[in-house]
Amino acid sequence: MKPTAFEYHAPTTVNEALALLAEHAPNDGRILAGGQSLVPTMAFRLARPTHLIDINQIVELEKLSVEDGALCIGATVRHAKFHTPACEGVLGDLLTEVVNNVAHYPIRQRGTFCGSLAHSDPASEWCMVAATLDATMIVQSASGERAIPADEFFDTVMTTTLNDDELLREVRIPLLSNDSVYGFQEFSRRAGDFAISMTLVTYRLEAGKIVDPHLGVGGAEDRPRRIAEAEAALAGQIPSDNVFRAAANAAAAAIDPMEDHATNAQYRRELTATLVRRALENTVS
Amino acid sequence: MSKKKDITLNINGRDHNLSVDPRWTLADTIRDHCGQTGTHLGCEHGVCGACTVLVDDSPVRSCLMFGIQADGKKIRTVEGLANGSEYHPLQKAFMENHALQCGYCTPGFLMLATGVLEAQPDISDDELNDVLSSNLCRCTGYANIIKAVRAAREEMRKTS
Repeated sequence: MKPTAFEYHAPTTVNEALALLAEHAPNDGRILAGGQSLVPTMAFRLARPTHLIDINQIVELEKLSVEDGALCIGATVRHAKFHTPACEGVLGDLLTEVVNNVAHYPIRQRGTFCGSLAHSDPASEWCMVAATLDATMIVQSASGERAIPADEFFDTVMTTTLNDDELLREVRIPLLSNDSVYGFQEFSRRAGDFAISMTLVTYRLEAGKIVDPHLGVGGAEDRPRRIAEAEAALAGQIPSDNVFRAAANAAAAAIDPMEDHATNAQYRRELTATLVRRALENTVS
Repeated sequence: MSKKKDITLNINGRDHNLSVDPRWTLADTIRDHCGQTGTHLGCEHGVCGACTVLVDDSPVRSCLMFGIQADGKKIRTVEGLANGSEYHPLQKAFMENHALQCGYCTPGFLMLATGVLEAQPDISDDELNDVLSSNLCRCTGYANIIKAVRAAREEMRKTS
């Protein structure tokens, strides 16, 4: 199908975009970034925005740089920017591994990192990365700016705590120290398809023991989040098969899996246990 | 009704001056308003890849962009691949390897492969499989498409 009619705006500054958003958000005006989720939704006429505010011509939103110990990702940075490391060190490598699971190559040429977060599909890899690594969302409206921690940003399926008149201007992901290790696992039925479950884990070793574990799960629940029970099973332990299995079982027990016509909760729970165990094995291989 | 806006689409090196409705996708704009019907539309929601074109040399779904967003950008479609009567190495490889049957998906695959092979002439077989997995073909079973793109990769390396 074809999208319904809308008014099109192409501001060239953030302030101009925020003024347009303030004016049109009450009448279902929306931001258009990469359009790889919004435009299909419009084609199905599930979304019928009256105004689209296209931010692709705002040069300052292309920002991708390291500032104050965090990788700052501007609102129009495309997924494809992560095909090569966006920053030095472990975080750059991690994002380069994860990006290959984000949709398909042509979609990655247009779709944006921040757009994925604002869209907040539970199966979004970037949403899980943001939740696991405690990213901060910098959001701005015509009346001001605020910073939202990831664990307060993702609300439920395709719903965030972003207000209608707010633009997700930038995401800041804390850099990982050079002694950090990580493991990432995802399961979907076809390459590029939505994740049924996925997990990301990072930690450091001090005197052979796990410190600062971050273990996130996405795709299985209505939103991505860190799983405190699994992290508790890792903290202070010496990496071993038993420890990894205990953490995997803790993650599986802690989640409240979604169900659909093809996948029941038990399947997602068992799948999550397997993926967490494999991701933990990746950290030592 | 939304207001029409004047834009210039540069398709295969030729400027098309148009007055577009913002709701027209780039695919519909190219096909219905520039007369370039080589670009095909399958699913119209980004899944099948039949409408893949190059925008500033990147392969993108032309059903997931609005025509108005391509104002001033360089668009390449299947009509621009051949050099006069000389087919592009990818077109030749598709014929030689029986990489098409009905041909509906072919323009999308050709533009996807063109964009990728130009950007990454030394792309590995595995990476190529991953890239080609983004487009759907219901006739060939993909094996011959993969064979053709690999053959074109070797040919394009020789001439580049």
